[in-house]
Amino acid sequence: MNNNKILQVKDLHLELNNTTIINSLNIELWEGSIHAIVGPNGAGKSSLANCIMGLEKYRKASGEILFKGKDITGLSVDERARMGITMAWQEPARYEGLTVEDFVKASLKKDRDIKPVLKRMGLDPDYYLKRAVDDTLSGGERKKVELASIMAGDAELIIMDEPDSGIDIESLNRIFEAVSYLRESGRTVVFITHSSAVLKQAEHAFLMCGGKVVDKGVTKKIIPYFEGKCLPCECKNEPYIGEAENVR
Amino acid sequence: MCADVKTKELIKTTGEEENILDDPRVAHLFISGNEVVGARDLPGLQVEASEIEDGVDVKINLKEGVKIEKPVHMCFGVMPETGMQKIILKVNLCKDSRINILAHCTFPFAKDVKHVMDADITVGEGASYEYTERHIHSETGGVKVYPEARVYLKENATFRTNFELLKGRVGLIDIDYRTQCEKESTMEMTAKVDGKKGDIIKIRETGHLKGEGSTGVLTTRVALRDNATADVYNEIIAEKPYARGHVDCKEIVQDNARAKAVPVVEVKDPKAHVTHEAAIGSVDSKQLQTLMSRGLNEDEATDLIIKGILG
Repeated sequence: MNNNKILQVKDLHLELNNTTIINSLNIELWEGSIHAIVGPNGAGKSSLANCIMGLEKYRKASGEILFKGKDITGLSVDERARMGITMAWQEPARYEGLTVEDFVKASLKKDRDIKPVLKRMGLDPDYYLKRAVDDTLSGGERKKVELASIMAGDAELIIMDEPDSGIDIESLNRIFEAVSYLRESGRTVVFITHSSAVLKQAEHAFLMCGGKVVDKGVTKKIIPYFEGKCLPCECKNEPYIGEAENVR
Repeated sequence: MCADVKTKELIKTTGEEENILDDPRVAHLFISGNEVVGARDLPGLQVEASEIEDGVDVKINLKEGVKIEKPVHMCFGVMPETGMQKIILKVNLCKDSRINILAHCTFPFAKDVKHVMDADITVGEGASYEYTERHIHSETGGVKVYPEARVYLKENATFRTNFELLKGRVGLIDIDYRTQCEKESTMEMTAKVDGKKGDIIKIRETGHLKGEGSTGVLTTRVALRDNATADVYNEIIAEKPYARGHVDCKEIVQDNARAKAVPVVEVKDPKAHVTHEAAIGSVDSKQLQTLMSRGLNEDEATDLIIKGILG
């Protein structure tokens, strides 16, 4: 493991519509590692991802986000992307008429052959290059196209929001293979997930509940609690009720 | 300037290869101003063009059962900065015939040019007529285009059009296409226009599904920037059982542009069915954010999204 911190989130607090979504949250991600932010629905995981990526309404969060030591808190999505952060959405966008070729090439700083990344994702370039990234592609195909666009680019930190959402097992395995490739090439990946299968792919995990990080550590340590306590928990997102209060 | 040179001059402005007309199996008709500068018939396909004061009167007749293999190239252009061009077009496709026409309307240097198309099209029983019209305009906004067509589809006929005005400034365009569809016939009309500055776009397309089992789709895609305006009126009336229709209008609006869409659907038989969808506004925020998360700034991302929609 590389000990360099690629991302630090310090005392992050987000309120939307007078509701606290993220509450005094701190995390650190290490360069070249695979991380998972895990927790039940509504824990604030995707909001945290949106804060890191800098989506407009999430930029009003207070606290600090440092990327490679630089404060990016006030920067826009594209400014953060040009610094090296990108994101794969839970439900990839559909684009009328925009071809896979144009979509993937949008990630490139210089024009280069994108066929290798399509092949790596199991997408035959002859079949897919000229197809539109729209409803004619299945959810799994769009996820693979999205990941191909990320692999084609130079992002160093890749946030993947619910990578297993709406896809079959073959597509998920492709995505896991691609993540291994990204890690081997020195990139940092962070999964946003409530799935044990995805969690198990990570080396480090942060367990979120009710907008807070309630536990963190190597994934092996987090899995038993997540599977045994979080998944069946009836007090979701109220971390200080019942047994969850002892989690720390 | 001789006709051959004028033909080449027209082809050059369309972006097509100069040798497209060398193939003797490719029929064509090239009109510059009110002058027919090039024409070729094929067996079964008769193209008559006669010059009138400010344009050309064209009659196209395709005989029964004749299927033209390669697209027929047509080009209507005004090369001077000012001028008027009126095309009176009568198309008659006989039973079970088939033709695919690729037309370019090119006004690359126009400062004050008016182009009027007045067409009557009859697509015979079981016949198929596909017509793609691409416009190339100057950047001055000095072009006014008035395409008007009345289309009659007999039983089992097919009519597909694709109108594109994506190169140069629109100026003013006022489209009026009306179709009447008999039993089991199929009509699909698509219009794509990119407006900017003070461009004015008016699109009126109607489909009257008069016959049992007839189908019609009206698709409109318009992008507007600056102070451009668009008024889109799409109407489908289905009056017989199993007639099916769909209206699909999308307009992307930026800056001070203004867009209006009026989808009208009317059903006169309980076994007929017509649907419509219209979306007007800025580009989708999720599409935008995804592309921005790849490093494109907002303008670059917007342009790419619009390129897809109009492409």
